[in-house]
Amino acid sequence: MGLQGKVALVTGASRGIGRAIAIALAKQGASIIVNYSGNKARAEETAADIRAAGAEALVWQSDISDEQSVQDMVKQSVDHFGHLDIVVNNAGITRDGLLMRMKETDWDAVLNTNLKGVFLVTKAALRPMMRQKQGRIINIASVVGILGNPGQANYVAAKAGLIGLTKATAREVASRGITVNAVAPGFIVTEMTDQLPEDVKEKMLSEIPLGKLGTPENVADVVSFLASDESRYMTGQTLSVDGGMAMQ
Amino acid sequence: MAEEDVLVRVKKIVVDRLGVDEADVKLEASFKEDLDADSLDIVELVMELEDEFNLEISDEDAEKIQTVGDVVSYIENHKS
Repeated sequence: MGLQGKVALVTGASRGIGRAIAIALAKQGASIIVNYSGNKARAEETAADIRAAGAEALVWQSDISDEQSVQDMVKQSVDHFGHLDIVVNNAGITRDGLLMRMKETDWDAVLNTNLKGVFLVTKAALRPMMRQKQGRIINIASVVGILGNPGQANYVAAKAGLIGLTKATAREVASRGITVNAVAPGFIVTEMTDQLPEDVKEKMLSEIPLGKLGTPENVADVVSFLASDESRYMTGQTLSVDGGMAMQ
Repeated sequence: MAEEDVLVRVKKIVVDRLGVDEADVKLEASFKEDLDADSLDIVELVMELEDEFNLEISDEDAEKIQTVGDVVSYIENHKS
């Protein structure tokens, strides 16, 4: 129970990787703020699993691309739990399409949630973390932010940007005992990747050295490590959890 | 709240936060030039002042703060 007494905010925790992360941190003893954007029923399911693991859960709806909404969420979280120790910026959306056919609205929607949303959540969360002189920020990037991927110019740009944001933030707050790292998942079995066409999935599978798709729990295990005291001497890093797709 | 009282409380916070001598915390002292504060120190200082004086200092106003005197007059003008 390495995270006993800690409080973690996980954005996009109603399903997929975010849900697995929220539950994994709860199993380590952390209280969890389960942020979701649209699906309250699914967020409540995550919260039920967190409570079943013996941890406290606060379900909070927030549009992370809206500054006021984000500030309210962080304030309520700190008011409720008294502190905020870990933030996992996981919420993300896709609006795939070839760049030449990509609508401006699809570009904006993905950048607003996947990159600006992380900026806003981080900005709000750093206030209590600076006061506490400690904190962990963990950004969920993607292998495609490292390798690129056709048909995902918006998503790739946001995820590559997130890796840069991770490094810049890490340098800004390192002197205050706050670490900022990223995890870059590869091809993980979730509803998001289920939507990909079969031939794309086949091709991706052929590019995974470990020869199989990842699970949300594979990602959650590495996030748990970054949230724990064991990772205290790491900051500004991007850890790939992708079966070996991107070797750096 | 008298101005002197504000100055005393501001001085204490600045001394605690920046680890400088109280004698150096004069009204005309610049945080960056004279008190060796970096921009992150000033962000923290502003947060502490918000707590101490129970007020909210907007990012725009915070950027204008350069000297100890700026802080004291800001608090004088905005105290509840």
